[in-house]
Amino acid sequence: MSTGMTPDAITALSGEGYSRRNFFRSAGALIVSFSIAGSMEQASGQTASGFPTPTIPNNQVDSWIAIGGDDSVTAYAGKCDFGQGFRTVQHQLVAEELGVPLERVKMIICDTAMCPDQGVSSGSQGHPTQFGTGALRAALATAREALVRLASEQLGLPVDQLMVENGIVYSRADRTNNVSYGKLIGGKKINLTLNTRAVPKNPATYTVLGKSVPRYDVPPKATGEFEYVHNVRLPAMIHGKVVRPPAVGAKVVSVDESSVRTLPGNVKVIVRRDFVAVAADTQWEAMQAAEKLVVRWTAGDRLPDQQTLYANMRRMPSRDAYTVVADDVDEKLKAAAQTFKATYFHPFQMHGSLGTSCAVADVKGTGANTTATVWSASQGIYPQRDSLALILGTAKENIRCIFVEGSGCYGLNGADTVAYDAAVISQATGRAVRVQYSRKDEMTAAESFGPAYVIDLTAGVDAGGQMTAWNYESWTFNKGNRPNATTPGNIYSGGLLGFAAPAVNPTMTPTRPAAFNNNGNVASAYGTGCVGGSCGSTGNVQSERVLTRTIASPFYTGPLRSPNRLQNTFANESFIDEIAAALKVDPVVYRLRHLVDSRLIDVLNGAARGAKWDTRPSPKPGNAKTGVVTGRGIAIVLYEGNNGYGGLVAEVSVDQGSGKVTVTKLVCSNDSGPISNPDGLRAQLEGGALQGMSRAMYEEVKWDATSLTSVDWRRFPVFKFGDPLPVVESVLIDRPDQPHMGAGETIITVVAAAIANAIFDATGARIREVPFTPERVLATLAARA
Amino acid sequence: MAEVVLNVNGGDNAVEVDPDSPLLYVLMDAYGLKGPKFGCGLAQCGACTVLMDGEPYRSCTLPVSEAKGKIVTLEGLGTMENPHPIQKAFIDEQALQCGFCISGPVLYGKAFIDKNPGASEAQIQEALGGLLCRCYAHPRMLKALVRYAKEVKA
Ligand code: FES
Ligand code: FES
Repeated sequence: MSTGMTPDAITALSGEGYSRRNFFRSAGALIVSFSIAGSMEQASGQTASGFPTPTIPNNQVDSWIAIGGDDSVTAYAGKCDFGQGFRTVQHQLVAEELGVPLERVKMIICDTAMCPDQGVSSGSQGHPTQFGTGALRAALATAREALVRLASEQLGLPVDQLMVENGIVYSRADRTNNVSYGKLIGGKKINLTLNTRAVPKNPATYTVLGKSVPRYDVPPKATGEFEYVHNVRLPAMIHGKVVRPPAVGAKVVSVDESSVRTLPGNVKVIVRRDFVAVAADTQWEAMQAAEKLVVRWTAGDRLPDQQTLYANMRRMPSRDAYTVVADDVDEKLKAAAQTFKATYFHPFQMHGSLGTSCAVADVKGTGANTTATVWSASQGIYPQRDSLALILGTAKENIRCIFVEGSGCYGLNGADTVAYDAAVISQATGRAVRVQYSRKDEMTAAESFGPAYVIDLTAGVDAGGQMTAWNYESWTFNKGNRPNATTPGNIYSGGLLGFAAPAVNPTMTPTRPAAFNNNGNVASAYGTGCVGGSCGSTGNVQSERVLTRTIASPFYTGPLRSPNRLQNTFANESFIDEIAAALKVDPVVYRLRHLVDSRLIDVLNGAARGAKWDTRPSPKPGNAKTGVVTGRGIAIVLYEGNNGYGGLVAEVSVDQGSGKVTVTKLVCSNDSGPISNPDGLRAQLEGGALQGMSRAMYEEVKWDATSLTSVDWRRFPVFKFGDPLPVVESVLIDRPDQPHMGAGETIITVVAAAIANAIFDATGARIREVPFTPERVLATLAARA
Repeated sequence: MAEVVLNVNGGDNAVEVDPDSPLLYVLMDAYGLKGPKFGCGLAQCGACTVLMDGEPYRSCTLPVSEAKGKIVTLEGLGTMENPHPIQKAFIDEQALQCGFCISGPVLYGKAFIDKNPGASEAQIQEALGGLLCRCYAHPRMLKALVRYAKEVKA
């Protein structure tokens, strides 16, 4: 049973230096790699017998799967797991596609020295990638086809008369005529290149996938045996604590090392440009030293006034880009029987991981001989390795980043920046170093926030109420993003170390798209998405113009679960609801009039049916203007324009005296292609629904003239235990005949809009600003017509 | 520095620590325990929860010098091979995602339910009041706790 850390990470910890080389040397094996050059092909020509001399350098890690002559099955994957259960699904995929028992599968995931570089594990891409072209499933199909071919030779039967079960190839006619994978491989070395044309199993025939296999990580987590990155301990390891600037953008003037000289714990002070940290023998000693260290800082940046932020965003210089632009939008709006206009506001939000970010680094040597091993919970250990090369001044080949799960991250939280911190302190002290942030560091000086948005929407309808034109214009912020080989300045500590975040260069005229790409869900589901003559979206409104203006941000920004898609969908899915209400048409019926994509239609109907939707226009007839009233709202999305269909009905009760909104029920509807693990999928939908509710109802990053003031859970309130918990239900739509899509972000994307629409249904008051705090709801009620 | 003797998960063990240090760091670093975790250090989340003589405490703000009685952490309840019934309920309900928060719901839940066998979901919710789970596995956690409450009553 997995304890969370890969076996290799554990061995590396205990210093045994496990390498793939040893594995390959030990016995016969069939190996599937990206390219034959990266496998053992060359070497097998060099030696006449037995296993070749070691030829796989530690950095040659493009192999996916190794099946041993002893029947062992080891799969390597570069898509990690953060508690969603994707480790378990990948085990299921290996067992299914190879036809071996689940228990036999060993997986090594996300270790830059061991696993194929699959970039970043994010954007709900795990599922579509591993089941897609040229990745894990294709490697497995390549292996199975080769083994069945070998068996065909050995058993003297054509391939179509063979079947695989439990790692044994049988004659269909005579089960006593069989041979196991291990026997087929024996002591041989078989190298295969991943064959993108290998035919994977038909999902309709799955027996392991599609089942609710319990997650491997739950028992160790429930019993306290799980190894998180926070539990990595190296011999002679010391503890680092960062000392961050008190004001945003402040720079170091001076550091008084004598202020901590007499403290216990062999305190060391590390200063590199504006990066300041201490290290000591224990966490507690390091915390004391970090608190006592006297540092003088410059005043820092003047932050934009939060009260007037949304109004001022419109005046700031911006980088502008169309997602889609039809030339007749103004004309169509002018000709419309009726036009509608509304503006939506979304604040900066943070990941707010439950555990603060942590990393362990062991940097050795100097100059070009610097080597480093980093244990990190990052979603992107490959780009982390590449960017650390610049920070440590060594080649990326000298750096190994090993993924070890941390606290749920939901995107670009502090995991990468804390890895920089640990590596820099380790390099400066020559010791293995563990760094875990304080709560305040995590919230104010590590995170890349989800950016604020102001979104203007305009639409025109004809005399029959059909939409004829849709105009979207938004203002949002950017500073940095995920780091990569050339941009360590994309995240917080990179900035302190002197690497700048790429500038947001204002444009004179907006750039035009070459093709329709709705990855950010900027365009609504109701447009045709026509660019350059080809149309790629889910609706029937031809005349659309979608323009995003990006402004330089005062804070680091980056992917936060459903980045930009959530903010955009809040606006788009609220706006269609406003139009439906004005036209006195039921919100589901009105959406259906503008949709052409049958799967999106099914998800919409699925949510409505699941919630026993009462078909009628909003607001709900008969609700009083005082007291407690109830209502329901709906919202849908095709996530990233092509990666998972989600729909949600929210039911709320609104206390019109206090402005307090209680979400009483959330009914999710989801279609992400073939379902790999139904219970795991349900868990994703439930978590997404409730996290989305917390973001919609509570979460907003706040600041004053110089500093972020959302420093802890009291000053950044979120939904907690004890707050009224809605009933959460899920309608799962299985599509064994369709490609695999993501499911981690479909539902969270639609929560804010569904709740806002439900509040309107209950009260007739339209709330257009997140979060829906009681004060804001009261103000909205007071302004209602 | 001073020698402190703590009874942790059934054994008396002496450690050399700063008596002002919160119990959490002693459990994590001196005892090498993985159950209690650092989430906030401010008694705001519950990730660091331990039981002291059966009562839940947030070890991140409790000076080690004030720790007394029998201290039980998540790993003191049971093991993967032999999980405590409350842990088994969480496993059966698949009631966690990242699991970083888990000491809070499990140990607050256990302390409350052991004293109130057969407690209702609403009562359990209240007993967990203020705990955080940022993955929002709340519905499954409550299901697991209600299951455990039924078992304790039976
Ligand atoms: S870490 Fe102790 S309550 Fe948060
Ligand atoms: S399971 Fe991740 S914080 Fe609770």
